[in-house]
Amino acid sequence: MSEPVLEIKNLNVGYGLGDQAVRAVRDVNLTLHRGEVLGLAGESGSGKSTLAYGLTRLLPPPGVITGGQVIYHPEQGAAYDVLELSDQQLRGFRWGETAIVFQGAMNSLNPVHKISTQLTDVLRAHRPEMSDAARNARAREMLKLVGIAADRMDAYPHQLSGGMRQRVMIGMALILQPQVVIMDEPTTALDVVMQRQILGQLIELRERLGFSVIFITHDLSLLVEFSNRIAIMYGGRIVEEAPAAAIYKDSLHPYSKGLLGSFPALRGPRRELTGIPGSPPDLKGMPSGCSFHPRCPKAFEPCSGHIPVLGRPGTPDGPTRSVACWLHPAEQPVG
Amino acid sequence: MTSIPDAKAPAGEVVLEAIGLTKHFPVRRKLRDLFSNRKDAVHAVDDVHLTLRRGKVVALVGESGSGKSTIARLLAQLYPRTGGDIRLHGETTRVKGGSAFRRYCSQVQMIFQDPFASLNPTHTIRYHLTRSLKIHDNAGKTAEDLENALTELLERVQLTPPERYLDKFPHELSGGQRQRVAIARALGAQPEALLADEPVSMLDVSIRLGVLNLLRDLRDRLNLAILYITHDIASARYFADETMVMYAGRMVEGGDSETVTQSPAHPYTRLLIDSAPDPDRLAGASEAEGKDAGNGEPPSLIHPPSGCRFHPRCPAVMDRCKTDLPVPLEIGDAPGHWAACWLYDGNKEVAP
Repeated sequence: MSEPVLEIKNLNVGYGLGDQAVRAVRDVNLTLHRGEVLGLAGESGSGKSTLAYGLTRLLPPPGVITGGQVIYHPEQGAAYDVLELSDQQLRGFRWGETAIVFQGAMNSLNPVHKISTQLTDVLRAHRPEMSDAARNARAREMLKLVGIAADRMDAYPHQLSGGMRQRVMIGMALILQPQVVIMDEPTTALDVVMQRQILGQLIELRERLGFSVIFITHDLSLLVEFSNRIAIMYGGRIVEEAPAAAIYKDSLHPYSKGLLGSFPALRGPRRELTGIPGSPPDLKGMPSGCSFHPRCPKAFEPCSGHIPVLGRPGTPDGPTRSVACWLHPAEQPVG
Repeated sequence: MTSIPDAKAPAGEVVLEAIGLTKHFPVRRKLRDLFSNRKDAVHAVDDVHLTLRRGKVVALVGESGSGKSTIARLLAQLYPRTGGDIRLHGETTRVKGGSAFRRYCSQVQMIFQDPFASLNPTHTIRYHLTRSLKIHDNAGKTAEDLENALTELLERVQLTPPERYLDKFPHELSGGQRQRVAIARALGAQPEALLADEPVSMLDVSIRLGVLNLLRDLRDRLNLAILYITHDIASARYFADETMVMYAGRMVEGGDSETVTQSPAHPYTRLLIDSAPDPDRLAGASEAEGKDAGNGEPPSLIHPPSGCRFHPRCPAVMDRCKTDLPVPLEIGDAPGHWAACWLYDGNKEVAP
């Protein structure tokens, strides 16, 4: 495996302080390697977006990072902890090193400014030494990269279709050549045809430009197809992390299995599917022990009392994956 | 009447039919258009034929903006139609409101997409269900009858024990539970047809199937005719007996779900199926394909393309597609499978 580019260590994120605080992300350990697509799957409220905003320090109040480290390895130079950066350094880190494409990115463009203004604005803020002509050329180049004709530079967002706006957002995220791109449900508002085109393009760009992607979505079947590794979150914790094929073919955690079984297949035999009984946990009143145990078909005696640790399971492919489940007790904890 | 009879009529009986259903939304005229005779309209739905039968689920699949929700609203008589006909039990219906609308509602009920918005946050579940029962005259005579009917409704949607849910407010329930309440409310009218407009797309993935399985169970037990509107063709295959595919306001293909999803005939259906996420196609394997097909956007519905509306994006486009509107043609691989595409010219035309 290639070297890590982003290491999340014991990250804890909460909303609010004191007794009423809701712990949205708990003890998350995750490593993003250079050039890989890491999928982050989970239901709404599982903490996947909070994790993404936490590690870029974009959490709006009352969100607070209550502990942990986010170690970033730049292409050159020493690694540093993102959570320790000063405001000035953070400004350079954001967009230059990590960019984020937000949920509902179609609506993240400013409707009263032209695409060109919005693209060059990024350069004006982050590369003040560039000339206007160079900025324009760069913006043009980005649009071409994401498959939009350069003559649409002077269009307003409402003149573009949803798919094109999404491409502009991706182009904008890549304009400073960041090492890490975080995509928070980038295609949920799009149709499947457009979704496939945009993701295909993203994968192609990644191969050409060599950035890493954290891809957040609730659509596990999409992740299995497009990402290298998948981490599955439930109740603020990562419950399983493994190569995409391993998650699909033999997932170890009952929740991953349930999630995979929640998507009817388009091909192959028609099976009776059940989804997962019960409903996702309320972050305010988390069940004791493993937070999945009230819905788990395989829950047994230790599940309700003790929180399972994320660790390498004892299976033959154990070293490449980790799971937090008492069915597969950790031989060696992660982190 | 306190108990809801389980099956009123044999399965397969036609409940609701749309014949040549058309809806155009007028576009606001600009000042310069005042002096011309031009009247622009969004051609949201054009010439749609649809039949809902007892005990059957019909899925309507299409991308956003293809007119699927407009069809549901037309069938629920929430919009007046521009042309065509809606027949309930074979009789033409056109209701504008008042008691005629209420009579229509008691037979055709709708389930909306967003259970967070379709329940009133200031009222309890009991209130929502009581209103539905009383308005449609299913509440019985005594308080006890009403209570029994409420309990039965909640049991039908598997919210048990009912006492636990009756006096809750919508915000105290999860999305899946709320959608079940919305379904119970629709059942309170004892409808014969349910129009479900993306009933699970707002729900968490792990509970979607629970709601779909519930709807299927209701179809079997109450012999309901269900229209299931979705953009997810895989769930149509899972849940529906029959699948219709819509593109830019027109039906392009129809047939039983298994045939439509396993051997799609229309190029648009093929594109849709090829674009659906497929876990068996792992990362990296998918880049070579999909280049030639499907680039481009759905067309403007104010000035839809002439001929076949899919022709600007179609990989198999012929000259004829640009001028002639394709008629529904039989494919012949399975009974009832048709596609509106000139590729099958020479096949028998399907009678609407």
